[in-house]
Amino acid sequence: MANAVMSDGMNARALHTMAPGRLALVLVVVAVLLTALQYTGLLPAALHRIPESLIPPIAPMLDTVFNFIKDDLGLLAFTRWLTEGLEWLLNVTANLLFGKRRWPNIGPIPWTAIAGVAAVIGYYLGGWRMALLAGGTFVWTALVGQWKIAMETMSVLVVAAPLAFIFGLGLGILAWKSPAFNRAIKPVLSVLQTLPFFTYLLPAVIFFKVGPTAGAVATVIYAIPPMILMTTLGLQKVSPEVVEAGKMSGCSKFQLLRNVYIPAARTEILVGVNQVIMLCLAMVVLTAFIGMPGLGAKLLAMMGSFKLGRSFEIGITIVLLAITLDRMSKAWVVKQPEHFERGTPWWKRHIILLSAIGVFIFFCIVAQFIDVANSIGRRQSLSIGKEIDVAIKGFLAIDAVKSTTYFLRAFVNVEILIPFRNFLLSIPTPAFILFIAAFALALAGRKQAVLAALFFSFVALSGWWDRSVITLYSVISAVVLAMMFGLPLGILAARSETWSRRVLLACDTAQTFPSFVYLIPAIMLFGITDIAVIFSILIFAMVPLTRYTIEGLRSVPPEMTEAADMAGATRWQKLVNVQLPLALPTMAVGFNQAIMFAFFMVIIAAFIGTQDLGQELQRTLAGTDLGKNFVLGICVSLMALTFDLVIMKWANDRKGKLGLAD
Amino acid sequence: MTDAPVIAARNVWKLFGPNPVSYLKSMPEGRDYEAIRQDGYIAGVKDVSIEVARGEMLVIMGLSGSGKSTLVRCFSRLHDITGGTIEVDGQDIGKMRERELIDLRRNKMGMVFQSFGLLPHRTVLENVAFPLEMRGQDKHTRRERALEVVRLVGLEGREDYFPRELSGGQQQRVGIARSLAIEPDIWFLDEPFSALDPLIRREMQDEFLRLQALLGKTIVFITHDFDEALRLADRIAIMKDGAVEQCDTPDRIVLNPATEYVRKFTEDIDKARVVHASGLIRAGLSGDGEPVDASASVQDMARLLVSDRRSAIPVARDGAVIGALSRDEALDILVGAA
Repeated sequence: MANAVMSDGMNARALHTMAPGRLALVLVVVAVLLTALQYTGLLPAALHRIPESLIPPIAPMLDTVFNFIKDDLGLLAFTRWLTEGLEWLLNVTANLLFGKRRWPNIGPIPWTAIAGVAAVIGYYLGGWRMALLAGGTFVWTALVGQWKIAMETMSVLVVAAPLAFIFGLGLGILAWKSPAFNRAIKPVLSVLQTLPFFTYLLPAVIFFKVGPTAGAVATVIYAIPPMILMTTLGLQKVSPEVVEAGKMSGCSKFQLLRNVYIPAARTEILVGVNQVIMLCLAMVVLTAFIGMPGLGAKLLAMMGSFKLGRSFEIGITIVLLAITLDRMSKAWVVKQPEHFERGTPWWKRHIILLSAIGVFIFFCIVAQFIDVANSIGRRQSLSIGKEIDVAIKGFLAIDAVKSTTYFLRAFVNVEILIPFRNFLLSIPTPAFILFIAAFALALAGRKQAVLAALFFSFVALSGWWDRSVITLYSVISAVVLAMMFGLPLGILAARSETWSRRVLLACDTAQTFPSFVYLIPAIMLFGITDIAVIFSILIFAMVPLTRYTIEGLRSVPPEMTEAADMAGATRWQKLVNVQLPLALPTMAVGFNQAIMFAFFMVIIAAFIGTQDLGQELQRTLAGTDLGKNFVLGICVSLMALTFDLVIMKWANDRKGKLGLAD
Repeated sequence: MTDAPVIAARNVWKLFGPNPVSYLKSMPEGRDYEAIRQDGYIAGVKDVSIEVARGEMLVIMGLSGSGKSTLVRCFSRLHDITGGTIEVDGQDIGKMRERELIDLRRNKMGMVFQSFGLLPHRTVLENVAFPLEMRGQDKHTRRERALEVVRLVGLEGREDYFPRELSGGQQQRVGIARSLAIEPDIWFLDEPFSALDPLIRREMQDEFLRLQALLGKTIVFITHDFDEALRLADRIAIMKDGAVEQCDTPDRIVLNPATEYVRKFTEDIDKARVVHASGLIRAGLSGDGEPVDASASVQDMARLLVSDRRSAIPVARDGAVIGALSRDEALDILVGAA
């Protein structure tokens, strides 16, 4: 009797756990059948692709809505009014940094003065090494003759980053105060974070005129989401006793926020600042696509005309700038206040501020007398772009290199990538959606499966199915390739403490580079081809894969590896049976990031000339095709979100099952 | 201690859960902690009535999760209570508006926290001056006062340090100084010494007794350490599952535990050190000869108890005889038979 009850219970449980798996299997079988029918030519065309006539006119509808908002509701007038304030600010920084003829008409500040002040700030935040990095970056920029374009970029950055910080902080506080608001913006934020940057650019152009203003607006909006998240996180983490101490000290609500919460959440808020700065830099570079002058525009132009030497130099400037900004803002995060001994004179307490002012004035005066200290002209610069060009051409002409790249181009492209792409394209739309749903069902759950199916159905209905599939194809092939290189690299590095640290540092640094930079080596090696696209995504996506593999493996509790050692496991057995299973949830996070990065990069790579959504998106920038721009952006976002939902759910479930804390 | 109590709590309830107020209203009489938990609520404080007299030191003790911290947070309205009333100086704090509450905290209450609750971005002096700053005092006055309190807790010369540059004991001195800066009438201490190691804890207790002798405040002190409670308390309230099991002087808690839980709790205590002559006075007894002092513990009287032959020994306070104790009863306590 008892036995029967027990086995009944077991059956019920078995059924319950089996059900999603079985359902997924059923979906796959149906999908395979559909595909088989398609190959035998029996499938009606309407089931292969949704007929044109059935595709709803989403883009024109959106256009109507936008036009209504913009003209009839007077939003355009409102934003143009806002623009004036922003434009005024941008003009001030533009005047100060590169001498645009606007109020206050005192610029440009001599490059030596800026480099000097940067070095002093670097010294304050991180000692001599940071001073060298910060000062060195600016000296390099000036010496290679990129001062003006770099300052064009900086002039937008120094306006956009503080604005993004203020808005992010404010919205973050609001989200923390009001759970309802928090619930409302959470999904919006996750969509915003997967939305391709092209989608930010066009609305900005339409509502805020072409040029620096639109660039600044797009940049600000792009950088806000992580600031909101970090602010909310930081405020939630403030220790309850500190808050109670504040309340018992008789703080009013505002005093509590101002004097207790925000200072106590300093670390998270500063991490947010770091992310804001890095995202702003990445975006400012990308605003080149809407004609914003600066480093990005120059890089775009140079790559377009295949001047690789100059591209390379600009790439180095961007990378140096990124590393400097990242290191300095990170140093600021960990910088703790130190007390001064009693009786320290006031000038000693403010020595950093005083020396910054001193250095600034000194170089400003020097620049009056020595021209080179003021600005470095084109002829004086030490750019060796032409020489690098020759070197690169020479390198590519070496037989070994030539044959390798040729082999990759010919073999990988013709034998693997193109057949794979054609195969993906041959799958009927409904079958494709079923595959995706089955994948979501097997890994995550019913809710995710339904969402995945809905998301991909929208993509199908948008009328951009083929291009979406090509986008997906680029992403998948690049991520698979990235796994083939990234995972072994991570596993190898994780074996030793030193190598882990080195590789993690390299990954950290690589992650700060604006994505644009990754195109340079790809174009150098493979020219403007499909392979170059895949290659640039591959390096970009390898970074999080390697990084999280190392972190996952290193965070396996030592008792477990010791237990495996004592059980007499070989290295390989230990890796396969103990370390990898435990590291898998963390690695999944890396895998997820790799996919997100790949979606991001695939859109940028459109510049090289692909046939996917990126290309279409870029085309919309030329016109004022707001509706189409949005539809395309949302297609990319929905595909990315599907993977994000499924993989993160799986990783969290898995972590819970393994009893690992977040 | 003749005037009205400083804090008077009547039938105070604090429930945690989705809809505590309406649940409490509909809850049948006499539901116990476990039954409430089954209904999806946690009884942080369960029907507590307690009074604290002016100048008294009340120690609340209990195991972790017994509701002692919650109760003290109800006294200062860091938690809003679910049922009952709490009066501070005759004012119902549950009915106070935000402004009044802030004024109360700015002028009458100070609190010390287990993990110090210091503001990491402020120096010692700025932390201590924080309540004064909130009150809107000018820079000069608050600096004067802060320096004074910093000196009082023995942190002279560390005024410009940041909290993380101090040891645990020093950090708690800052916490104490901050809570004293506004010269509060009522002083709440939430396990102030439990995060410190035993040697430092002892030192801080001495320091605390010194301050109390100097300032004579009304104190509510929380601890889970019985020895600490015995060293400090005028009265001890023992809590379990949100309810006060017994609230009495240390002598009476040890001699007459009100419940089985309190008896178990006090089982391992060396009663001879806790029980004083005054606690042993029994009505109907009268003794002759040399009296013992009311404040002497049984242990203090050990030699006398063993060698004396009287069956009843008079007890005197300030030279005047106030009653007598039974020598046998005292001996029972001394040898652990009680």
